[in-house]
Amino acid sequence: MNRYLWPLIAVVALLVFLVMGLRHGDPRALPSPFIGKPAPQFELPTLKNPDVTIGTQHMAGNYAIVNVWATWCVMCRQEHGFLLDLAASGAIPIYGINWRDSRPEAIRWLQELGDPYLASAYDADGRVGIDWGVYGAPETFLVDPDGTVVYKHLGPLDPVIWQREFVSRMNTGGAD
Amino acid sequence: MKRIFVLLVAAFLMSSAGAIDTDKRFDDPKLQARYEQLISEVRCLQCQNQSIKDSNVSLAADLRREIARMIEEGKSDEDIADFLVVRYGEFALYRPRTTGKTLVLWIAPFLLVLLGVFALARVVKHRISLPIGDDSETKG
Repeated sequence: MNRYLWPLIAVVALLVFLVMGLRHGDPRALPSPFIGKPAPQFELPTLKNPDVTIGTQHMAGNYAIVNVWATWCVMCRQEHGFLLDLAASGAIPIYGINWRDSRPEAIRWLQELGDPYLASAYDADGRVGIDWGVYGAPETFLVDPDGTVVYKHLGPLDPVIWQREFVSRMNTGGAD
Repeated sequence: MKRIFVLLVAAFLMSSAGAIDTDKRFDDPKLQARYEQLISEVRCLQCQNQSIKDSNVSLAADLRREIARMIEEGKSDEDIADFLVVRYGEFALYRPRTTGKTLVLWIAPFLLVLLGVFALARVVKHRISLPIGDDSETKG
């Protein structure tokens, strides 16, 4: 009996790791180092009007989401309908960071598909994207009224993810 | 067969056509060497399992540009690693630093080897103690 005990324990341990790895979900999703930290400061021209700037300080005082998007991003198109619904419901202010994109194309995208954003910052060279640790659009950050990042989601949003990951964190005051 | 070969060669040529910006960033060979060393040790987050030196996705290009800028500004390697870790986490570095969180990554291999040596020693010791010709244990 004892002969098989240790190999058995080793195999079970490996299986546990395997199952944990499989259940982990999107293997590309990394824990954001910003959770629980102040949202990175930025000040960028808005997409629609280069003379007006938008920045982190405009978002203070409310829960807000910051959605990183681009016209070249296929998943952004997939989540766009949900963002429009969310904006229409008035549940939360939505700010955009238009990441590494062309201004005319981005403006046309919003004209054609609708514009869920209070404002979109225009991050042409990806400098602010780096400050926010963005590595794959769409990414959505939940920022609390104090300007602390509460949650980050990689990939397209949908109603299920919104309820499970975002709404729950807003009700509990963001502690998680 | 010949057609397949031609196709393969064409595919190979096409793959190298989309090459990465390998232009020299620095005139000083020392700085250039430091730059190349640094970018070979930063993971491309968009295309994981490539370094930003080997990747031509946009984010890798952005990060190469930022690293070149920081070297120009006279930042140390440590500063540059911090810059990346603050934004992307330890995962961005191919050689994670020895901190509390990553300690297990550094120690686990040695622990596993020790464990193996220990197990091997026990098995060998046990076998030696068996009388010669008695293979009842191995046939189990």
